[in-house]
Amino acid sequence: MSATATPAPEDQARSGHRSRPPRHELTRAQKWRRRGPLMPALIFTIIVTQLPFLLTIAISTLNWNVLQPGDKNFLGMGNFSSFAGFDNYRTVFTDSRLRDAVLNTMVLTVSVVLISMMLGLMLAILLDRKFPGRGLARTLLIAPFLVMPVASALIWKHALYNPDYGLFNGTLNWVWQLFGAEEGPVIDYVSTFPMPAVIAALVWQWTPFMMLILLAGLQSQPGDVLEAAKIDRASGMQTFRFITLPHLRRYIELSILLGSIYVLQTFDAIFTITQGGPGSATTNLPYEIYLTLFRKFEYGEAAAAGVVVVIGSIVVATFALRVISSLFSEEHQR
Amino acid sequence: MSTRTPDQSTGTRHPADPLDAHGADPGDVAQGIAPPPAQKRRRRRSSSGDGDRAGWRWATLAWVLTLLFVAPVFWMILTSFHQESDAATSPPSLFAPLSFDNYAAVFDRGASTFLINSAIASGVSTLLVLILAVPAAYALSIRPVEKWTDVMFFFLSTKFLPPIAALLPVYLIVKQIGGLDNIYTLVLLYTAMNMPIAVWMMQSFLAEIPPEILEAAQVDGAGFLRTVWSIVTPMASPGLAATALICFIFSWNEFMFAVNLTATVSATSPIFLVGFISSQGLFLAKLCAAATLVSLPVMIAGFAAQDKLVRGLSLGAVK
Repeated sequence: MSATATPAPEDQARSGHRSRPPRHELTRAQKWRRRGPLMPALIFTIIVTQLPFLLTIAISTLNWNVLQPGDKNFLGMGNFSSFAGFDNYRTVFTDSRLRDAVLNTMVLTVSVVLISMMLGLMLAILLDRKFPGRGLARTLLIAPFLVMPVASALIWKHALYNPDYGLFNGTLNWVWQLFGAEEGPVIDYVSTFPMPAVIAALVWQWTPFMMLILLAGLQSQPGDVLEAAKIDRASGMQTFRFITLPHLRRYIELSILLGSIYVLQTFDAIFTITQGGPGSATTNLPYEIYLTLFRKFEYGEAAAAGVVVVIGSIVVATFALRVISSLFSEEHQR
Repeated sequence: MSTRTPDQSTGTRHPADPLDAHGADPGDVAQGIAPPPAQKRRRRRSSSGDGDRAGWRWATLAWVLTLLFVAPVFWMILTSFHQESDAATSPPSLFAPLSFDNYAAVFDRGASTFLINSAIASGVSTLLVLILAVPAAYALSIRPVEKWTDVMFFFLSTKFLPPIAALLPVYLIVKQIGGLDNIYTLVLLYTAMNMPIAVWMMQSFLAEIPPEILEAAQVDGAGFLRTVWSIVTPMASPGLAATALICFIFSWNEFMFAVNLTATVSATSPIFLVGFISSQGLFLAKLCAAATLVSLPVMIAGFAAQDKLVRGLSLGAVK
C-alpha cells in the first residue's frame, strides 16, 4: 500500500515524531533487530488477511457450482468443472441482481453516513455547551452504538417496526385514541419502506459514533480563538461558520471515512431486518455475495463479485488513506 | 491525555485548555443580571451569547433529542422485564408489572453456552492481539523501522478490504482442515480483524511516551524486552486498556464470520439472538431480555471507558 501513502510527510513526520540526534546509518543486524518486534504481527496479518484474497482471485476464474456433481473438495483442485476465464466477471457486470446490489450499497452507505453525520454534528454542537446533566446525556447517547448490532437490528424489526405491536404503531395508536379514534393506522414499515427502514436503524446505530468524533473535534478548539471571536463581537453563526467549521473539517472527513468503511460492510442489519428483500430491494453487496455463496452455491461467481468489491474498496481506500495520512502527519508534527 | 482521570464534564479536553480557565461570561455583568451559580457556569461556553433563556432552550432541546434517541434502548430494557402478554400490546403498556422471568427463560434456553463462547472468542483474541500489537507498535513508534509509515498504512489497508470477499476461501480452508464450528477459528479471524486497529491505537499511545525516559533506560542498559515490560507497558497501560476494550467490543459483536463458520458447539451470542427468533416463533419480551443480556458486557465497558472510546474508534487519530 506504499503507493497510497503520501511520500512527502514521511520524513517530516518522523523528525517531528521523535527528534533523535543525527541519524547514523544502521547496520544490517541493527535493522533486523528493529524489525524483529514487528514481524510476528506483520506476518500473521499477511497470512490471515492477504492469502484468502489470492485464493478468491484464483476461484473467481473457475466454473464452480457446489450443487453440480463431481465437485467434492477444494484443495485437491479436482473440484471444479472447468476454467471460466473472465466468464464470472462478465456475469458479475451483467447480472441485474448484482447491479442492484451495487446501487443499494451506494444508497445505503451514502445516506447512512451523511444523515448520521448531520445528526451527530447537531448533537455534538448541543453537547458542546454546558447544561445540567450534560455528562449523563452524553453517556446515554452512546448507548445505541454499544448495543450489539444484531440485537439492535432485531429490536428495530420486532419491537419498533412490527405492524401489530411495535412501538411506532403503538404510539400512533395511542395518539389516535387520545383523539377518540378507535384505532391508529397500521403501517408495515419493513415491507412498505424497506430501504428507509434499514437506513433509519443504521443511522440510529452510527450517529453516536459520529457524535463522539465531532464532539472531540469541537472540544479541541483553541479557546483563545473563540475568545477573540467573542471580543470581536462575532455572532454565534459567524463563529461557527468561520472558526468552528474549518477546524472541524478534518474531524468531519475522518468520521465520514471511518463511517463509510464500516457501513459499506453492513451485513447484520440486512440479514436480520429484511433478508435483502422484498425481492432484492435491500440486498447490498455483502449480502448478495453471501446469497451467491450459501443459497446459490455459485462459488466462482461469488469469488468474482468479491474481487470486484475488493477493487472498489481499494479505489475508495486510496482516496481515503490520503485523508487519514494528512491527519496522521499533522498529529505527529505537533 | 491517557493518564488523566476521566472527567465527564470536560470530556476529552486537555486540562490546560484555556477554555477551562476563562471565567464567567462578562455579558452577565454587562446585562446587569445576577444569574444563579449553575447558570453562570453553563453560560461560560455559550457561543451565541443571547441570554439565559436561550441557554435553557438549548438544554431542553438537547435533553429531548437525547431521550428520543435512547428511547429504543429504554424500550428494549423495559420490555425485557414485562410479561409476554404485556409486551405485545398496542398501545404500548408502560406500567405493566415487572419481573426477571424472561431472563430466567433466556438462561433456560442455554444462553450461558453462547455467552461463554463469546467470552472465549473475544477474550483470547484480544489477548493475542495485544501480545502481537504491542511489540509491533514499539517497532513503529519508539525505535521506528525504516518506512514505518508504509507499514502503518499496510495494516490500515487490510481494514478497508471487506471481510465478505475473504469469506469463501476462509470457509473452504477452515472446512478442509476441520475447523468449522470451532471457537479457535473465530479467535484467529478476530485476531487478524482487530490487529490493524490495535497497531494504530498502540502506536499513537506509545508515541506519547517521552523519549527522555526511553533514552534513560537505554543508558541504563535495558534491552528490548526489559524496556517493553518495565517502561513501555506500565506507561501505556491506559492505552492498552482502551485498545483491549475496542478489540473486545468488535469481536463480541462480530456476526458475519460467526454465522457462517459456527453451528451448534461454538456459536457466539449474536447467533444465539438470531436463533432465538427462528426456532421458537416470536417472543418479544424474551427477545428483549436476550438482546439486553448480550449487549450488557459491551455497554458496561463502553460507559466506563467512554472518553477512551473516541480515540479507539478513530484509530488514535483524534484525541
